[in-house]
Amino acid sequence: MLDLYGRGWQMLEGGLVTVQLCLTVLPFMIVIGLLGASAKLSRYRTLRVIGESYTVLIRGIPELLVILLIYFGGTIAVQSLAEAISGEETRVDIPAFWSGVAALALVQGAFASEVFRAAMQSIPIGQIEAATACGMTPMQIFMRIKLPQLWRFALPGLNNLFQVLIKDTALISVVGVEEIMRKAAIGAGTEKAPFTFYLVAMLMFLSFTTVSLLVFNYLEKRAARGVARA
Amino acid sequence: MFEDFIYVLGKYDTWLWRGFLLTIELLVISVTLGTLLAIPLAVARVSKKVWIQALPFAFIYVFRGTPLIGQLFMMYYGVGQLIANIDGIQDHWTWTYLRDPYWYCLLTFVLNTAAYVAEIMRGGIQNVPNGELEAARACGMSPWITYRRIIFPRMWQMIWPAYTNDVIFTLKATSLASTVTMMELTGAARKIVARTALPYEAFISAGVIYLIIVYSLTFGFKGIERYLRRSEQRNEPKTGRAKAATSA
Repeated sequence: MLDLYGRGWQMLEGGLVTVQLCLTVLPFMIVIGLLGASAKLSRYRTLRVIGESYTVLIRGIPELLVILLIYFGGTIAVQSLAEAISGEETRVDIPAFWSGVAALALVQGAFASEVFRAAMQSIPIGQIEAATACGMTPMQIFMRIKLPQLWRFALPGLNNLFQVLIKDTALISVVGVEEIMRKAAIGAGTEKAPFTFYLVAMLMFLSFTTVSLLVFNYLEKRAARGVARA
Repeated sequence: MFEDFIYVLGKYDTWLWRGFLLTIELLVISVTLGTLLAIPLAVARVSKKVWIQALPFAFIYVFRGTPLIGQLFMMYYGVGQLIANIDGIQDHWTWTYLRDPYWYCLLTFVLNTAAYVAEIMRGGIQNVPNGELEAARACGMSPWITYRRIIFPRMWQMIWPAYTNDVIFTLKATSLASTVTMMELTGAARKIVARTALPYEAFISAGVIYLIIVYSLTFGFKGIERYLRRSEQRNEPKTGRAKAATSA
């Protein structure tokens, strides 16, 4: 039972791909989130409109639809772009892994921008004014005042988002990336034991989300160590 | 470019319309039954007795900690297979229902929604001010009456924004039904893509329909939120809109 008809290693490989997916999306998600939040709080109207409509659009569309759109649509877009540049017929294939990463980064980035916006707004305005009075440039203010505190304010939200991200990587199995769900589906089909394989897949996901929860709880405690507790 | 949109919308409008109806049907049933199931779960979850709160805790933990698509496959393929292996079940009259993905989808969505909503309700119940509970006890209210008159109304007021977020989440989750051959909105779009090879047109049309549903729901929920918070407006200066909402 434990070696899963000799497919235990396959499931572990799938687990590795799931971890890779999560860790690849994470930096993109944070960068898109920070950019989105800055755009929403910008003093320029155009940037604010762009930032807001990005969240409004993504919030209302199922993740699965975004994944499908980028996987099927992205190939066509990149192909026609390549043809326009090179001027001849070319065949381009975007690996499913990277189209999945792009889709998840786009979706999670929209939610991250909300988390960072709220975090930026929790920084007392007096500190910014004090920093300006000391003659810091906007970049210095961001690096020295905003970013270190942003981390603490944003952690609970990011904790939540990372949980969602782990679970959303399972959706990428739909376009054929061989992560846990896909490996489980292959095993379930060939060995005619769907219940066993999906049970193992679910236990793997449950252990991932549990580990992520524990790590983030530790980080939250660590980030709050310098703050008086209410 | 736009000709293709018009072509897709003109030729496959019935598919999209039926998909829309099925999406709404799945959403309404999942949210209604899920919320009803969440209430006893949440009440048991806040119990001080470990053996009462252990089971709902485990249920909520497992359903919130695993991907919905996995739960769906587990139900449809896993449990479905176990049922199919029962001797003689395929000749039984219930077999038409037992092999229909519709029921597996609904069951999964109901349980999933129940887990998420129960967790939100738990937060709401635990945040009811202690003074109100003491006052209720001092008035001689039984636990049942306290729940009905004090805790639940208070809870709904507090959880409403989070709850409505979760309804939107469930709406988006119904798109997963397309992975087990259901023809809801996403399923319809996927079938159109398979037929026409026009991914942008089909998926964007479906996306726009989802957006319309989401923002109509959000608009309606805002109205209900004003109603739930009507008792809090008394001390605030009344603007024209607030006045209209109270008198309506």
